[in-house]
Amino acid sequence: MSTQTKPKPTGETGGERRINMIEAINEALDVMLERDDNVVVMGEDVGYFGGVFRCTAGLQEKHGKTRVFDTPINECGIIGAAVGMGAYGLRPVPEIQFADYIYPGLDQLISEAARLRYRSATEYIAPMTVRSPFGGGIFGGQTHSQSPESIFTHVSGLKTVIPATPYDAKGLLISCIEDNDPVIFFEPKRIYNGPFSGYYDKPVEPWKKHEASIVPEGYYKIPLGKARQVREGEELTVLTYGTMVHVAEAVCREKGIDADILDLRTLVPLDIDAIEASVKKTGRCLVVHEATRTSGFGAELSALVTERCFYHLEAAVERVTGFDTPYPHSLEWAYFPGPVRIGEAIDKILKD
Amino acid sequence: MADQADKKPHTGDNRPALALHVPEPRSRPGGPVNFADIDIGKAGDQPRPDEGTAPADMKDLAYGLVRVLGDDNKAYGPWDPKLDPDTLRIMLGHMAMVRAFDERMFRGQRQGKTSFYMKCTGEEATSVAASMALASDDMVFPSYRQQGILIARGYPLIEMINQIYSNRGDKLKGRQLPIMYSSREHSFFSISGNLATQTPQAVGWAMASAIKGDSRIAATWVGEGSTAEGDFHSACTFATVYNAPVILNVINNQWAISSFSGFAGAERTTFAARALGYGLAGLRVDGNDALACFAAQQWAANRARANQGPTLIEYFTYRAEGHSTSDDPSGYRSAQEREEWPLGDPVMRLKNHLIEIGEWDEDRQQAMDLKCAEEVKATTKEAEKNGILGHGMHHPFHTMFEDVFEELPWHLEEQAKQATSERIAKFGSERPDQ
Repeated sequence: MSTQTKPKPTGETGGERRINMIEAINEALDVMLERDDNVVVMGEDVGYFGGVFRCTAGLQEKHGKTRVFDTPINECGIIGAAVGMGAYGLRPVPEIQFADYIYPGLDQLISEAARLRYRSATEYIAPMTVRSPFGGGIFGGQTHSQSPESIFTHVSGLKTVIPATPYDAKGLLISCIEDNDPVIFFEPKRIYNGPFSGYYDKPVEPWKKHEASIVPEGYYKIPLGKARQVREGEELTVLTYGTMVHVAEAVCREKGIDADILDLRTLVPLDIDAIEASVKKTGRCLVVHEATRTSGFGAELSALVTERCFYHLEAAVERVTGFDTPYPHSLEWAYFPGPVRIGEAIDKILKD
Repeated sequence: MADQADKKPHTGDNRPALALHVPEPRSRPGGPVNFADIDIGKAGDQPRPDEGTAPADMKDLAYGLVRVLGDDNKAYGPWDPKLDPDTLRIMLGHMAMVRAFDERMFRGQRQGKTSFYMKCTGEEATSVAASMALASDDMVFPSYRQQGILIARGYPLIEMINQIYSNRGDKLKGRQLPIMYSSREHSFFSISGNLATQTPQAVGWAMASAIKGDSRIAATWVGEGSTAEGDFHSACTFATVYNAPVILNVINNQWAISSFSGFAGAERTTFAARALGYGLAGLRVDGNDALACFAAQQWAANRARANQGPTLIEYFTYRAEGHSTSDDPSGYRSAQEREEWPLGDPVMRLKNHLIEIGEWDEDRQQAMDLKCAEEVKATTKEAEKNGILGHGMHHPFHTMFEDVFEELPWHLEEQAKQATSERIAKFGSERPDQ
């Protein structure tokens, strides 16, 4: 039995362990299934097998088949049923196996879950947390590697949350499940097992060497809408999230850049105060994300920074993103916004 | 490279050319109507299986037509729910009220008091009679033509009119299109304009009820045209997989705006027969026969409540009026269809049945119709005191920003402030919040 399938301790108190993001997500679900009878975990393969990434391993065995169960391969049905469950009073946590598969369920998420509170003037709500692995860097090709977050940040009534560390994954997921609004929780699968420097041919640093991997046992929450200061600096602000937090951090470390790096954690609601404070301090801003460039969330960040910090800026806001193509399987590392692309953007910003 | 479009299609050397079939309805405006191919069967002929019967053992019920009321207005056969006269009179009263309400609201739209209205003329039994077979706390997930459920459940007419007028009394704060009601108190789910989305939601609600060991079931209503949506098929799959305590009601009123039922596949099979492929119980019912509508829903409710599984019911009926106030049916179908529809009018058939059994008469019917019309008229006047659409008496404008999220985030707070300053620029400081 692997360590991932072992039942996780869920005590209110406890020590600090170094676990990976998959284990942290498993613990968050375990804690919430234990604390709240209305929480149900559902999705393709999440039951007996524990999910393709093993995020739900052991949960069905521990909490029973009516709390953790498999679903048909039908994203519209998964999210649509979750809307009905939420209206009943449950707190469903549906898993969409890959973010790329979420599109058949989009209408239920965008037109139904996100608007139910508003259109019914609070008579009905759809408290659900749709979990979905996203992003590339695993040779997943164009149907297993996309980063569709900006489709969701464009939707009124939906929260978009993306953790970058195991500690955040657990604390944010617990907050999402307790939240009364529908949330899309994107899990950066490139860093499920540990941080990543951006070089596919370099060994991945294990979480055990990484400070952020310390995860408390039991219940704790990280509030939505609060960014994480990854590292403090004076030369440049880097706004990023998910896998790219680690890549940007590695690049700044390697290049010796005194960067102020913000892991945004939640895109909606966004921590605008932290962004403003940082950019006004450094006067320079780089936005880094893996999603395609045009109309990506980086455009929103760039516009916000320009609107709010224009007189503090020493250089134009730069975006480092994926290209506006589907994720090409064989050329994945040419697509990926890696250290070279980030490094060049930093050089350009600092030159001005 | 040559333009592909210039190439002739490859038809093979001596193989026949394929032809695309595009469905065409029975008649078009000005043309004759012929409903002769519709086999309506004889009232009372359909067997009524035990409510625990396996779907595979009751296939014929998905192709026939469950009917109770015969041409002589008497009730026949095993599906006769044997309702007492008081219940039948209540049912008739609700159906008459729906008709009176529709008439007044249609007129209100023409008078410019609201933007939009949708009548259910000819389909009253499919909501009133069907919902009367459910418990009052069973959850319903209706589409947009089930105003009869609210009326049967005693939802105040004034609340319906306030919603239609989007006035300051509208509990939905003027956010929804007229007729897209919501009432948690009456276990009536918020209506969506995107079609069939409520079907997997109803199944999810029913699953939740089963997960919690509750005794309440769910029922959803969808038009036959919307059964072509993927959501409907998702709902059928989930319903059957989890044996959800849910009833999937399909109102086959023959028309989806101007597309006839053939565009949802009606030329090939019945809508009730969709159930068979999913392993659901399927019933096809005379939708203009209030007793049959009640009996079918009651059968399905008993089945669901006994953990025997979900049921898909097709109500075979006819949309006597246009799709909505924005529609003109004379542009796409023969005016004679309504007259020659072989299953008659649901209100008249129930009325005639009550008269036939000596429990009603024309005078009482006339008095009831008048009373309904007067009640609706008086309630409309009352509702108009709260305002009509576009005349300013609506919810305070800042409510626009509320309820998007449970708490107001900074970006909506900023936009609300911007909107306030726009109001002040436009109207001065005296009405920033109106």
